[in-house]
Amino acid sequence: MAGQRRLSLVAFVAVGLLAAVALVVFVAPRASADPDGLEKVAADQGIDAGVRPHSLGASPFADYGTEGVGHDALGTALAGLVGVAATFVVGSGLVLLVRRRRGPPPPAPVAPTPPA
Amino acid sequence: MLAMHIPDGFIDAPVSLVAGLLAVAGIAVCLRMTARSLDERQVPVVGLVAAFVFAAQMLNFPVANGTSGHLLGAVLAAVLVGPAAGALAVTVVLTVQALLFADGGLSALGLNVVNMALLGAFGGYVVFVGLRAVLAGARSGGVALAAGLAAATAPVLAALAFTAEFALGGNDAVSVRSVAAAMVGVHALIGVGEGIITMLAVGSVLAMRPDLVHGARGLVPRPAPAAPLAARVS
Repeated sequence: MAGQRRLSLVAFVAVGLLAAVALVVFVAPRASADPDGLEKVAADQGIDAGVRPHSLGASPFADYGTEGVGHDALGTALAGLVGVAATFVVGSGLVLLVRRRRGPPPPAPVAPTPPA
Repeated sequence: MLAMHIPDGFIDAPVSLVAGLLAVAGIAVCLRMTARSLDERQVPVVGLVAAFVFAAQMLNFPVANGTSGHLLGAVLAAVLVGPAAGALAVTVVLTVQALLFADGGLSALGLNVVNMALLGAFGGYVVFVGLRAVLAGARSGGVALAAGLAAATAPVLAALAFTAEFALGGNDAVSVRSVAAAMVGVHALIGVGEGIITMLAVGSVLAMRPDLVHGARGLVPRPAPAAPLAARVS
């Protein structure tokens, strides 16, 4: 791989985010509508007898839809875009914060200041 | 139905509370580990991993008649950015899903974080490291395969954890043994999809930026500009 042209970090992150956006916009609306593993087992076995409605069930993006958008696929895509943006910002921000809190990086070894 | 995590009311309050405390302790450890050791170039990659896992969790694929599955993503995250930052990324996903999308009960957030983020990232990473030693040797070629095989175990780990929580704090009228069999059976099938998606995703990153794959460290040449940083970290 010597001499192979590498993607810059910014370009790499942009490519990854575009892939995530493409997935939620074009694939998520076509995802299987069947219950997932936990949901199916819970229904079959009666685990869900005591289930309570979600406390934030009135959220505008509840259940990966978008309130007020009549078109289901569009509502799913919009909810997906909101989620991709939120997880990227919160994920990067959280890590940036914990790295900053440890203090500034050690001073660069170059240009040592001579004693005054 | 897109991704569905444990809602309120499946597991009783005491067990949910204990899981919540375990989750908080685990996240605190992950924050410390991340602050100490995360390569600064990985900061936006952690965000990207969270965004990609969120997107992938919306893509339910059929696994058996009338049942679907979706990526958990913790092994993918752990292989890309390390188990601690990977667990944080998946925790961010689960928290955003609970708060914005009403997916996963607020009282069950600790259960979901323990089962999918912490157990998946750390348990799955241990499996990955073992498989990598066998498959990769000194080359990066086996890393994607090791990641995929390790990822296939993560849904089963999460299913076993859920079963244990159900045994401790679930509806007494339901047989734990039949819950265990049903959960493990369907999640073994979901593991096949988890493994394939993880292998493809890790393989793609290895093709683009092998130096950014935490799980391939020491197996791929570090690019020249990163050398001083690597020296500072060690």
